[in-house]
Amino acid sequence: MSTYFVKRFTYMAIILLAASFLIFSLYALTPGDFITGNIKLTPERKAELREIYGLNKPLIERYLTWMKNAIHGDFGYSLAQQKPVLTLFNQYIWNSFLLAAISTFFTWLIAVVIGVIAAYKQYSWFDTLVMVLIFAAMSIPSFFIGLFLIKVLAVDLKWLPPGGMITTGSNAQGFAYVKEVIHHMTLPVIVMTLLGVGSLTRYFRSNMIDVIKQDYIRTARAKGLTERKVLFTHALRNALLPAITLVGFELPALFGGSLIIEKIFNWPGIGQLYMQSFGLRDYPLLMGFTMFIAVLTVIGTLMSDILYHLADPRVKL
Amino acid sequence: MKDLLTIDHLQTFFKTEAGTVRAVDDVSLRIKPGETVCIVGESGSGKSITAMSVMGLIGNAGGKVEGGSIQFQDRDLLKLSRNELRTIRGHEIAMIFQEPMSSLNPVLKIGEQVIEPLMEHLKLSRKAARKRAIELIKQVGISRAEQIVDAYPHELSGGMLQRVMIAMAISCGPKLLIADEPTTALDVTIQAQILDLLRSLKEESGMSILLITHDLGVVAEMADYVAVMYAGKIVEQGEVEAIFANPKHPYTKGLLRSKPIMNQLQDELYSIPGQVPNPLELTESCYFHDRCEQCMAICRTKQPELTTVGDLQQAACWLYEEEKRYA
Repeated sequence: MSTYFVKRFTYMAIILLAASFLIFSLYALTPGDFITGNIKLTPERKAELREIYGLNKPLIERYLTWMKNAIHGDFGYSLAQQKPVLTLFNQYIWNSFLLAAISTFFTWLIAVVIGVIAAYKQYSWFDTLVMVLIFAAMSIPSFFIGLFLIKVLAVDLKWLPPGGMITTGSNAQGFAYVKEVIHHMTLPVIVMTLLGVGSLTRYFRSNMIDVIKQDYIRTARAKGLTERKVLFTHALRNALLPAITLVGFELPALFGGSLIIEKIFNWPGIGQLYMQSFGLRDYPLLMGFTMFIAVLTVIGTLMSDILYHLADPRVKL
Repeated sequence: MKDLLTIDHLQTFFKTEAGTVRAVDDVSLRIKPGETVCIVGESGSGKSITAMSVMGLIGNAGGKVEGGSIQFQDRDLLKLSRNELRTIRGHEIAMIFQEPMSSLNPVLKIGEQVIEPLMEHLKLSRKAARKRAIELIKQVGISRAEQIVDAYPHELSGGMLQRVMIAMAISCGPKLLIADEPTTALDVTIQAQILDLLRSLKEESGMSILLITHDLGVVAEMADYVAVMYAGKIVEQGEVEAIFANPKHPYTKGLLRSKPIMNQLQDELYSIPGQVPNPLELTESCYFHDRCEQCMAICRTKQPELTTVGDLQQAACWLYEEEKRYA
């Protein structure tokens, strides 16, 4: 067990080192930088600024400086926002996390319940209906569903606000603030759930169909157990096992934000900030964020390995 | 003595896209209390389907009982509701399967799985059921039962797992144990141990056993009564001594000839020529006719009925129908 963790952490360090180098190279070698885009500056001023920001130093030196600071927990300073990158993350990521966590919760809940029922009643009218709806949900692009729902629910019916996280100019505090945020996040959560639920439902349905055919399900029935026990004690646990792999990938997704949804609903999340920084070539922020996602991905896979060990007695670490 | 189980003209069909497969077609069989009945046949002869029909689990396998009756004590199993049938399964009729390795749930502890029927049918508390489970595991010849209850299936060998399956099956004191090729997946030495265990459990409890096998050695060792199945039909049945000493149906004869005999030098082991017919292409005929060495004209066009031949057995073969006609 402990040798496993030593080995595992060594791998993680190597992977992250390689990732950091790759990320740095990709951004550093892209032609142009934060200063190139600013047409108001004279060439002399540009050279001066490059000197100040250290952009004229050799690549390797810049990489080592970045890495040295990163290891000490300093991911640099956003050039456009004039704030430390980590401060900005802290400001925006939690907004994205709120959306992602709640829609992921609903996505998984709906996918498991519907997937299990559809598998149990395979080829029934319910199963067919679910499959049709899933394909419909999967094939409609997110911006279309988003705009369509804004048109219907926000503009025509005026049930929900079309965007933002709080009402403009609102000073709500405490419970009123919470209520306002819930009101605003309903639409984006619906859209994100709709987009994610299709493929996950199909995934659980096919897992469950495989498990129901197993010999041990026949044994459970031969023991005279109720169908509820057969399904939930014997089948569901086995059907959920492969989904642990997905849990690992959900971790970066929870914090990564969503470019399109946040743009459509004008949600102040990290996805919007990332998009904006791209236009400005705010490389310290872009690199910091990409590195952050890489770290989360590596931690996510480690987490799913440990979860596998806890959930499936056959898996040894 | 009154029969424990009477299968009467059972028909179980599978509807596939290519047509209807008559997996079990007009099978009648009776099992007396305390008796061991063997169904013998090749793969696809319908022996397992017969067992699953008795258990009422054929619907989950995609088939449907289309006709006949299955009388267990005073109840027709085919007329019971799903829930009534469920209370019989694992309680009065229990079953063990061919593959012990895949027949136990890999993520549940052995103990968890053994106590389930005890809690379900005998309404034991979790604690009492666990105590009983340990006794049962000891009873099927596993030492260290206290440790084994907390083990997972992948930590045990195939033979041990089959013992656990047997412990689970006998936990509620069934009157009938259906064993579907219980030794096929096991090593030869373990096979003998499992058969010994089944025999001694039967002697202790007086339950009946319906043993499904393709191994005539197992039949000789275990059976009181034998039914030979071919392509969904019983072609010969009778007391085990009669079948072994004096087989009537050419298929039974072929099966016995293709069994190696200990301490006897044979140049080459006999095998029945040809293959089991495609169940979708069966037409009115003796289904064995194209593999039969004694095939006659009538065998190709008409199906023989199961008729009494001799004192202790019945066979479905035109050879004996002819005899009767001339007699």
